[in-house]
Amino acid sequence: MATRQTQFLARSLLSPAVGLLFIWMIVPLALTLYFSTLHYSLLDPGSEEFVGLENFRYFLTDPAFLASLQNTLVLVGSVLALTILLGIPLALLLDQPVVGRNFVRLMVIAPFFVMPTVSALVWKNLLMHPVSGLFAWLAKLVGLTPIDWFNDVPLFSVILIVAWQWLPFATLILLTALQSLDEEQKEAAEMDGASAVSTFIYITLPHLARPITVVILIETIFLLTVFAEIFVTTGGGPGLQTTNIAFLIYSQALIQFDVGSASAGGLVAVVIANIVAFFLVRIVGRNLEA
Amino acid sequence: MGQITLQGVQKSFGPVHIIKGADLDIADGSFVVFVGPSGCGKTTLLRLIAGLEDVTGGAILIDGKNVVDTPPAKRGLSMVFQSYALYPHMSVRGNIGFGLKMAGLAKDEINRKVEAAAATLNLTPYLERKPRELSGGQRQRVAIGRAIVREPKAFLFDEPLSNLDAALRVQMRIEVTRLQKQLGTTAIYVTHDQVEAMTMADKIVVLNGGKIEQYGSPLQLYERPANLFVAGFIGSPKMNFVTGESAAQKGAATIGVRPEHLKIERDGGGGWQGTIAVAEHLGSDTFLYVDAGPLGMLTARYIGELSLHAGDRVSLVPDPARIHRFDQSGNALRN
Repeated sequence: MATRQTQFLARSLLSPAVGLLFIWMIVPLALTLYFSTLHYSLLDPGSEEFVGLENFRYFLTDPAFLASLQNTLVLVGSVLALTILLGIPLALLLDQPVVGRNFVRLMVIAPFFVMPTVSALVWKNLLMHPVSGLFAWLAKLVGLTPIDWFNDVPLFSVILIVAWQWLPFATLILLTALQSLDEEQKEAAEMDGASAVSTFIYITLPHLARPITVVILIETIFLLTVFAEIFVTTGGGPGLQTTNIAFLIYSQALIQFDVGSASAGGLVAVVIANIVAFFLVRIVGRNLEA
Repeated sequence: MGQITLQGVQKSFGPVHIIKGADLDIADGSFVVFVGPSGCGKTTLLRLIAGLEDVTGGAILIDGKNVVDTPPAKRGLSMVFQSYALYPHMSVRGNIGFGLKMAGLAKDEINRKVEAAAATLNLTPYLERKPRELSGGQRQRVAIGRAIVREPKAFLFDEPLSNLDAALRVQMRIEVTRLQKQLGTTAIYVTHDQVEAMTMADKIVVLNGGKIEQYGSPLQLYERPANLFVAGFIGSPKMNFVTGESAAQKGAATIGVRPEHLKIERDGGGGWQGTIAVAEHLGSDTFLYVDAGPLGMLTARYIGELSLHAGDRVSLVPDPARIHRFDQSGNALRN
């Protein structure tokens, strides 16, 4: 079979799928671009008119924008730190031969399969509720005043919930990496007189550099757009304390019914995600080069 | 000093007995090879000496001290692994110096020792490279460098050449042997390749099914195998075994003759008659696989070229001085 023919065949068979994906991507993007240049309010239908970059100016100068940008970065950074710092010891533990290891692994992975909305509701009503929550009951048991999580430390509460959801992902990736660590390397280190701590620092941790990079990159993509957990628990409040970019755009469009400004915000979010991705790849992407 | 003594060493994994009591005396500075078929326990025995496995019973003495409860690093041994087990993210310098760093040596002393080891192994130009940028033979030398830099009492080699191609294996075989002689350090070397065993060893330990079958110099094993297993294992092609009447005439249950000790004569001479099934002409040697009827297949080796071909009838005459006799249970009979 000639190479040119196989290439042609491959391309013609691929093209419907690629074309569909392209349309799927380009139509919403084009419409968002179009809407972002219109004065387009759902409260004032029929009055759409071209306003140039006015929506962008409005969105970027909104004091809520900087607050939500900061919230987004704090949320992403904290969840990344929590999932990796807890994920490494957890993966190390799950790598040990213990009775019922498979069952324990399954339980650890379970939170990842719970829908964000459901887990947020569980945390809000069963765990963090200041009157009927488990944490409140525990606090009262030892004679402390229960914490009103979503009023006193709203952003921290959201971070806790999201970190709980993403910890299994980090643990799983790190665990598979640990299992691929050559047993003879550990034995060589043992012969070389390395203690358990030294083996971890000099052998295990460098081996984990690449999976940690993968965890950071993938989690960042998803954490920039956290929405359901905020929507269900705090609704972005109190004030703007838990409003991130994704939630801000939502509130522009469906609370203030300003589609034009929300579209502009969506495009700003795309730019921010790209900036973050650019720096991430520059900083940690080096690890991915074989 | 590096004198290693095993006294009744046993190892079981659950109900499976891997090592069924090994006694061995390894003299300081000697090169000892553990050889045997897969699953005979040779690697396990090496790992027991290294301390990577705990013994089930018996004692391991290094320079007269029982080290059974001593952790691997404190036994003063160093090991070269089959996969080399180099640390992939460290440079060659880091790899060789890791043990010294763990021992808490000063930086410049580590550098001095690493560079000396690298010079011995012709690795100086590669010191700053990562293992993945090295060829197989170079990686092998880094693994050896990591072993020698710690100036151990003994080197332990676990099939270190099995990942190399044939030509490189011969070259590294010579290099390892020369290095060991030069350093004068005791070495224990595990292999399943009897050519490696015969060429490198001062003394060979033949293991089978977790038992030491024979311990002796390569030529002792070749000339005076203690039993059928050693006789069949050492030497290539394998020794011919004949039972029945020919054996009974010699007062043995089985007699063994090496292919090189069978004289090949045209049909009609004395000895064992047969038809050539396959003839291999290597130029330097000719190997004949002869179907000798009730005696089974016999292998004969002729040094040089012999123009005989499949289908020819020959008679094979064993050299009477070099017939090995074995009793019913397979042990060698001595006169």
